[in-house]
Amino acid sequence: MKYLSEYRDGRVARAVIAEIKATATRPWVLMEVCGGQTHTIVKQGLDELLGDVVEMVHGPGCPVCVTPLEQIDKALALAARPDIIFTSFGDMLRVPGSDCDLLQIRARGGAVRIVYSPLDALELARKTPDKQVVFFAVGFETTAPANAMAVWRAKELGVENFSVLVSHVTVPPAMTALLDAPDNRIQGFLAAGHVCTIMGWTEYEPIAAKYRVPIIVTGFEPLDILEGMLLAVRQLEEGRHEVENQYVRSVRRDGNQPAQDLVSRVFELVDRNWRGIGPIPRSGLGLRAEFAAFDAEKRFAVDGIHTAEPTACRAGDVLRGVLKPFDCAAFGTICTPEHPLGAPMVSSEGACAAYYNYGRFRSAV
Amino acid sequence: MTTDLLATAGLTCPAPATTPDRVQLGHGSGGKMSAALLRDRFLPHFANDILAQLGDAAVVDIGGQAVAISTDTFVIQPLEFPGGNIGSLAVHGTVNDLAMMGARPRWLSAGFVLEEGLPFDVLDRIVRAMADAARAAGVLLVTGDTKVVERGKADGVFINTTGVGVRSADFAPAPTRARPGDAVIVSGPLGCHGIAIMTAREGLAFEAEIASDTAALTPLVERLRERVGDAVHTLRDPTRGGLASALNEIAAAAGIGVALEEGAIPIPGPVAAACEMLGFDPLYVANEGVLVAFVPEPLADAAVEALREHPLGRAAARIGRAVAAHPGMVILETAIGGTRVVDMLPGDQLPRIC
Repeated sequence: MKYLSEYRDGRVARAVIAEIKATATRPWVLMEVCGGQTHTIVKQGLDELLGDVVEMVHGPGCPVCVTPLEQIDKALALAARPDIIFTSFGDMLRVPGSDCDLLQIRARGGAVRIVYSPLDALELARKTPDKQVVFFAVGFETTAPANAMAVWRAKELGVENFSVLVSHVTVPPAMTALLDAPDNRIQGFLAAGHVCTIMGWTEYEPIAAKYRVPIIVTGFEPLDILEGMLLAVRQLEEGRHEVENQYVRSVRRDGNQPAQDLVSRVFELVDRNWRGIGPIPRSGLGLRAEFAAFDAEKRFAVDGIHTAEPTACRAGDVLRGVLKPFDCAAFGTICTPEHPLGAPMVSSEGACAAYYNYGRFRSAV
Repeated sequence: MTTDLLATAGLTCPAPATTPDRVQLGHGSGGKMSAALLRDRFLPHFANDILAQLGDAAVVDIGGQAVAISTDTFVIQPLEFPGGNIGSLAVHGTVNDLAMMGARPRWLSAGFVLEEGLPFDVLDRIVRAMADAARAAGVLLVTGDTKVVERGKADGVFINTTGVGVRSADFAPAPTRARPGDAVIVSGPLGCHGIAIMTAREGLAFEAEIASDTAALTPLVERLRERVGDAVHTLRDPTRGGLASALNEIAAAAGIGVALEEGAIPIPGPVAAACEMLGFDPLYVANEGVLVAFVPEPLADAAVEALREHPLGRAAARIGRAVAAHPGMVILETAIGGTRVVDMLPGDQLPRIC
């Protein structure tokens, strides 16, 4: 397929891998931030091809995985109400809350629908004025503009039966939280290309400088990721720590300004709990006061639901790179994609689920 | 150490294991949930030796003649889609299940659940497509039933078909017969049916229209029978759950491993593009006009050639081989040169956030 097969060329990949191995004089530990990149690495077997030269720690950038239990429980409470049509991106439906998931709510009669865009949910609200339509607005900076647009449009059009359950998170605070951890092993980052397409990379510059880590804005295809690794390894070997852009076909330094403006007009920074990591100050987006009328938590009074995030889950250890999914005793035994116990097993882009789905063979040999 | 970890990690992880107390859509996905539904809710009550084979069709002996029986129910939305409709699909699905056991399909029954308000012109098109499909596949529809339910109690029309075919002793492919050393062959491009339905249902528009591949596989099976005969160890139509689920079932049934080569698997550009957009893996997308065959390596070229002579099999290709290593497991060598496991999915594939 045009524009895709070029980035999956086995011959070029082998050449880049050889160059990474020739460049590295010692093993390096890198983190890919985004779950989409984790998915590519494990699905394509890149980690296996790199051997011991580069150890990849799989980052927190899977929105499905890091959505806190509390927000899932609120979603379940909303979806169970007979007056609500609850709309969501598909992969949130299987995420377990405290006692069930959205698929089970649907089986019990709840109106739960998969949509491909928040604007589809808004359209559904306009077509079904006798029902309340709630959209589950999750994700990183990548999905924030479209979600902001839906709320903006709803206000503009006066669609009163539309609201959003917001659980947005942002990347930079999570990166600094991981770097601040006393047992941090991460020496360089592959930043999430799609997040940077929206946000640019200026906010990563102070992080690279303060923590002296190279940060490479990287795409999602196998060759993107290998090239990102090579750029990171080069910087590390040369003692540099800069922000560098591998994903030039999509990302500019300042990102997408109109999208950023829309996001900041609708959302503001709030504290947010991360499943598997815990609370991180000013790491999430919440609706501004002007848009509070579209906040499903307030409209349906589910903001009182508080679910404690258990602290003993080892997902945090996986995210910090001190534990590999294979080394967790629960992995593949009592924790599987059918019955996920921890956040990274929930979505196909979570580190544990990616290892489980694609990597069991390697653990066995 | 292990017990300590379980005690601290297992019991206090964010979510407790949830056991569903009722039927979910995922139970119809053809993945692990479907298998569990069958294993836990049905098989304990109906246990017998013939059912226990769990093939695409049951093979029974009637006075020395091997007879294959298969039944399938069709509940698809939309009723009409590029490449066919629920009527043609209801014939092809059952006919193909018989053909995969090496039987020649002969007779069909059809049961219709009609929803009040279904327009006659839609029904007429469905029934006409059924008749055409049956004629083309050489089967006679010999008995049927209709029921009508209130508006809202069915999705336009549901169709059940049961097929009966005869099997001769000299051609009896079965999942259990796959052997290490067999070549794995597919008869055509993968993923067209599932993506055609998905795009028609969700109103998604991609650059090129993708039509369902729904077709009777009997002409392909006849060619394999003539050229390769009973050395065709296994045939399977990778419908619900796609190629990945079909190969996992064969690997488990035969106690073999399957090694696939990603670059050799024929996936049309538009299907690959749609899957990229939706976050789907084409290996799990349903097909209705493709078969997968396990044939001993020395006969593999003859088998591919035989398939390619028919328009349905023009894109036939060897995609991998059966191996003695990693029994019950399907391993894919990626285009980049890495390897990964291709497991069964728990339930339906769900579109990704980003």
